[in-house]
Amino acid sequence: MFDIQKIRADFPILSTKVKLKPLVYFDNGATSQKPKVVIEAISKYYQEINANIHRGVHTLSQLATDAYEASRIKIQQHLNAQFSHEIIFTSGTTHGINTVANGFAFILKEDDEVLVSAMEHHSNIVPWQMLCERTGAKLKVIPMNENGELILSEYKKLLSEKTKIVAVNHISNALGTINPIKEMIEMAHQVGAAFLVDGAQAVPHLKPNVQDLDCDFYVFSGHKMCGPTGTGILYGKEKWLNKLHPYQGGGEMIETVTFEKTTYAGLPHKFEAGTPNIAGGIVLGTAVDYLNEIGFEAISHHEHELLVYATEKLLEIDGLKIYGTAKEKASVISFNIEGIHPYDIGTIIDNLGIAVRTGHHCAQPVMDFYKIPGTIRASFAFYNTKQEVDELVDSVKKAKLMLS
Amino acid sequence: MTIKEIQNAIVDEFSMFDDWMQRYEYIIELGKTLPIIDEQYKTEENIINGCQSKVWLHADKVDDKIIFTADSDAILTKGIIAILIRAFSNQTAKEILNADTEFVNEIGLKEHLSPTRANGLVSMIKKIKMYALAFEAKK
Repeated sequence: MFDIQKIRADFPILSTKVKLKPLVYFDNGATSQKPKVVIEAISKYYQEINANIHRGVHTLSQLATDAYEASRIKIQQHLNAQFSHEIIFTSGTTHGINTVANGFAFILKEDDEVLVSAMEHHSNIVPWQMLCERTGAKLKVIPMNENGELILSEYKKLLSEKTKIVAVNHISNALGTINPIKEMIEMAHQVGAAFLVDGAQAVPHLKPNVQDLDCDFYVFSGHKMCGPTGTGILYGKEKWLNKLHPYQGGGEMIETVTFEKTTYAGLPHKFEAGTPNIAGGIVLGTAVDYLNEIGFEAISHHEHELLVYATEKLLEIDGLKIYGTAKEKASVISFNIEGIHPYDIGTIIDNLGIAVRTGHHCAQPVMDFYKIPGTIRASFAFYNTKQEVDELVDSVKKAKLMLS
Repeated sequence: MTIKEIQNAIVDEFSMFDDWMQRYEYIIELGKTLPIIDEQYKTEENIINGCQSKVWLHADKVDDKIIFTADSDAILTKGIIAILIRAFSNQTAKEILNADTEFVNEIGLKEHLSPTRANGLVSMIKKIKMYALAFEAKK
């Protein structure tokens, strides 16, 4: 049973005060809060089994290695990946995308094409731009409509034999759109292109099934799904990970090293140079367990209710406009009030204890599309409540009164 | 009035308010008194970098005094730049360069702005001093 009060009690930070007011945390799109089990697991790791992994023969090293590898298997099962060596630990989504983009530098030729969408986060744009600069390949953009939905007929026209990789988010951070990635992946595969899914905004809300999606890469961050900061996963199909050059060289990722030649270790170690974030990797598994215990069906049901309720309440405010009105939408609301700068609203409601994100959300092309400097973004998690939504709406009304 | 006297007056005004919502309301009011920059000066060079909202600042020299005008697309930012202009406009370059900016901390402005906005405030002060330095160098 989904017991919201019990869930809220799992998150110590939710009972703190900000500017003397009880915290209302609606910046979950930027990072989620952490449950006690996650916070305690970090300290337990350092108190009980801290050691470097994959190296020592001593007991502690073995315990730490086992815990780290157990987490990898947990995440493999969570994503329904075929093999655990298809799960690469990274420092986050950005690291994952850069790893793949760098690998493609050895594959792409001049005039090959890379496709991204009009609603990508900068971290799913810039690495591909850098790749194109290095290789002479061209970056093409899948356009979107006013509602913030990708135009699939245009996507189809852009796909050709020149297309080598398509990189699109599962859920847009700025608009909340849930993209039809399964269909898009199939279309890409028809022209022989690989497909990378930026799942950063999706993993807190749903359980991706990578084999069903048939994506070639799926990347995400741990910190947005109740895990520690500095953690993330790059899932890649075995055949692709074998083909890609490693991104970083160093310890752990080698088989043999001589001054003449180094041979790389097999998967997953080829992509895990250096001592990793061991505690982080282990505790990401704890976070995944925690979310699965609540259940993603219950999570998305609750979040959808919040989304519908908040959309209705916010739209009652005169002059308020919501950006991103896709039919398939996650619990993210980007909005502005006519004639008022989003920073002004953000500053005032922060003083009323409400944490939202204001600005371009690292998606400047989306802001340019709507010709706005930025938006106020409220992003809801399963631990948020309708009462908190009411407080947001009241605060926005107050801010509007002050600022107009 | 000297810069110091104006700054003290501003600190006094802000100390009258009990809470930050009232102070914000006052900042919004001050924004309405901002001497607005002439459209022709809303150029790339006059944009202050490091602010989350757009801020333009222009300086003219009238006799030996520097006169600042500005604008922003955000109301609170307009208020903040209005406070700075009130303190520094219509003063000589030398006085502006020698002035300290401790009053900003005394109002408590910095800690009630988001870190990025506080950086913007620092950038605004820097830009004001840069104008003064440029005029002083031309002498």
